[in-house]
Amino acid sequence: MQTAEPAQRRSDAAAAGGSSALMSVRGLGIRFKTSHGIWQATRKIDFDIAPGERVGIVGESGCGKTITGLSIARLLPNNFAGLDGSILFDGVDLATCSVREMRAIRGRRIAMIFQEPMSALDPVFTVGHQIAETLRVHTGIAKEEARAKTLDMLRRVGIASPERRIDDYPHQLSGGMRQRVMIAAALICGPQLLIADEPTTALDVTVQAQILQLLRDLSATSNTALMLITHDLGVVAETCTRMITMYAGEVIEDAAVDDALVRPLHPYTSGLLRSLPHLSPRGGKLPSIPGRVPSILDMPNGCRFKARCPHAVAGCEAEQELCDAGGGRKVRCWRFRELELPGALQHLGSAPIAAMVSRP
Amino acid sequence: MIAQATGIPKDALDNTIVSVRDLEVQFQTTDRRATVKAVDGVSFDVRRGETFGIIGESGSGKTTIGRALVFLLKPSAGAILHDGIDPLALPRKGFQNHRRDYQIIFQDPNAALNPRMTILASVLEPLELARAGTRAERLARAREAMDRVGLPQETGERYPHQLSGGQKQRVVIARALTLRPKLIVCDEVVAALDMSIRGDVLNLFAELQRDLGLTYVFITHDLAVVSHISERVAVMYLGRFVELGPTDKVSERPLHPYTQALMSAEPRPLPSSMRDDHRIVLQGEIPSPIDPPSGCRFRTRCQYAQALCAARAPDWRELMPDHWVACHFADRPNFSPN
Repeated sequence: MQTAEPAQRRSDAAAAGGSSALMSVRGLGIRFKTSHGIWQATRKIDFDIAPGERVGIVGESGCGKTITGLSIARLLPNNFAGLDGSILFDGVDLATCSVREMRAIRGRRIAMIFQEPMSALDPVFTVGHQIAETLRVHTGIAKEEARAKTLDMLRRVGIASPERRIDDYPHQLSGGMRQRVMIAAALICGPQLLIADEPTTALDVTVQAQILQLLRDLSATSNTALMLITHDLGVVAETCTRMITMYAGEVIEDAAVDDALVRPLHPYTSGLLRSLPHLSPRGGKLPSIPGRVPSILDMPNGCRFKARCPHAVAGCEAEQELCDAGGGRKVRCWRFRELELPGALQHLGSAPIAAMVSRP
Repeated sequence: MIAQATGIPKDALDNTIVSVRDLEVQFQTTDRRATVKAVDGVSFDVRRGETFGIIGESGSGKTTIGRALVFLLKPSAGAILHDGIDPLALPRKGFQNHRRDYQIIFQDPNAALNPRMTILASVLEPLELARAGTRAERLARAREAMDRVGLPQETGERYPHQLSGGQKQRVVIARALTLRPKLIVCDEVVAALDMSIRGDVLNLFAELQRDLGLTYVFITHDLAVVSHISERVAVMYLGRFVELGPTDKVSERPLHPYTQALMSAEPRPLPSSMRDDHRIVLQGEIPSPIDPPSGCRFRTRCQYAQALCAARAPDWRELMPDHWVACHFADRPNFSPN
C-alpha cells in the first residue's frame, strides 16, 4: 500500500489538472474507541474536489459517508481515536491543523448542513439572529450590516417576505423553510465548500425538488463547491456532476455521474443501480444484492464486497487499491477491465418511472 | 363533494374486498379549538388480490386512511365495508375475530417489535391472543410463517437487536401472516430499509401475494416503489384523492396537475441526456389541514388555477376507463406539463 502511493498521487494530480483542486483528501481514515477496542470506521479515502464542483458521496447506511463529511469539518465525536491521512484544503492540512486554525475555516470557508434542520437550529433564538451570528463571529461586522446581509441571504435562498421571517423562531417555519434557513446560515460567509449531509431526506419530494434546485443554483452563482452526501442515486444524478461511491468504509468508485450511471465499473455500483425500482420492469423481480455489509468488527481481507459479489474469483482476497481507470475514473476492483457491468439503462423501455421521461 | 357514492354494482361485489364510501376522519387539535380533517371525503374500492397503492406527501392523510381501513381509527363519517359487511356493526367478539383478517405493517420494525421478547415469542403472540389451536399447532404455524418470509429457524431464539433492518421487517411480516389475513395494509414498509435490501423485501411481498392470494394496500411517499408494486394507485393531497387509476396510466399520463408535479419532482437516477430538465417545481408547501383552501385544495400551488377552482370543489370524474380525477380542467387539450 505504501509503495503504490507515490504513483497514485501523480495520476491523481494529472486527472485533477495539477494543483487546481480546492480540496485533496488522501488516505483518510478514522478510528473510534469503543468498549470492544479500536474500530477503524473508514480507511484509504482518496478524492479531490475542484472549486465550484458538485460531488455526490453515495452509499448505504454505515458505509462511512457521513463520518467522512464530519472528518473534513473536524466535527468528531468524543470517542474519536485518531485520523489518518491528509485533507489538503487550499494549502492547509485540515487533518493536522490546530483547533484555532480549524475554527477560522469551519463556518467561514467550509460550511455544513444536515438532514434534520430542526435539531441544527436553536429553538430559543430567531432565525435572523442565528444566521447573523455566523457572520458576526467570522467577520466582526456591525449588527445593522449583518442584519442587512441576512435579509439579502434569506431572499437569495427563496424565503418569501424575509423582512417578516427574519424575526421568526424555528418552530414557526415549515420543514422546507427551515432547511432554507440552514442553507442561508451556511452560505452567508461565502464558503468555498458546502458539505450537505442528506439535506433533503426529511423533506417531501416536491420540496426536495425546490431545495436541490436551490443548492445547484447557489453553487453555480457563488462558485461554492458542493459535497452532497446521500443514499439517493436520483438526487445525485439531478444535482451533481461527479459521484463517489463508498462501501464498508472505503471509496470504491469515483466517476462522472453520467459515466457511473451508464457503465458502472464496480460490481457494487452496478448492483445498486439494478436494485432501483425506478429502473426495473414493473411487477418483475427486483434484482438485489445478496448478503449484508460486513461488520466493522470483522472486516474481510482484500475486497470488502467479495462475499456479496457475483464476480468474485480467486485473487479478490488481495488488497484492492483505487485504480486509475482512465477518463478521470477510478475504481477499487482489480477486474474492472474484464467485467462488463450493467448500469441504469438496462430495462429503460419497460421501467415505470424512466418510461415517463423517455417519451419524445 | 368530491366523493360521489356511486353504489356498488352487483357483479363487482365478489371482486371487492374493501369498499370505502365518503370516508372522513377528524382530529381535535390539542387546544380543542380546531378540527383537522385528516381524511375528508374519500371513496374507493380495493379489489381482491390486487395491490392498491396510495401515494402522497406528509400530511396528506395517507397513513390515517391506512389506520382507518383496519379500524385502528374510527371513521368520523362515511363507511368502510370489509367483504360487504360493516365490522363496526358486529358484536365486540365478532369484531375482534373479524379484524384478524385485516392486518397492518408499519415503517419501523424497531418500534413494532418488543426488544425484550425473542423473535419467536413475537411471532407467536398474535396466535396466543387469538387462542388459535394447541400450543404445538401455534408453534408450527409460527415456524411456518417464519419459513415463508425466509427467516432461518434459529432466528427465533434471537432478540430484535441481533437482527438487521431487513430481517426485522421480515419478522414483522411473518407476524402479520400467522393469522392468515386476507388483506395487509403496508404503511411505508420499505422506507427505513437500505436500497440493496429494499428489493428483497418488495420481492417477498410480491411472492407472498402470488402464493397466498393476499390483497395489499400499499401506502408510501416513494413513487418508484408504488409504480413497481401496485396495479392501481391513488394520489392523495390534503385529505382527498386527486387521482386514481391504473399505475401505468397514472405514471405515464398523469391527469391531475398535482400528480404531474409529483412525477416531475421525482429525482431520477438517469444520465443527463435522458433526463427531462423541464420540471414543474411547485411553489410553497402543503397548506395546513386545519384551514384548507376553498374549492380545489391544490389551487394555491397549481399553475393552472382559475377563479372556478376557488369557488367550487371539482367533481370526482372517471375521465378514462378506470381512471378517475378531481380537476375542473383535466380534460382540456394542452393541459399537460410539456
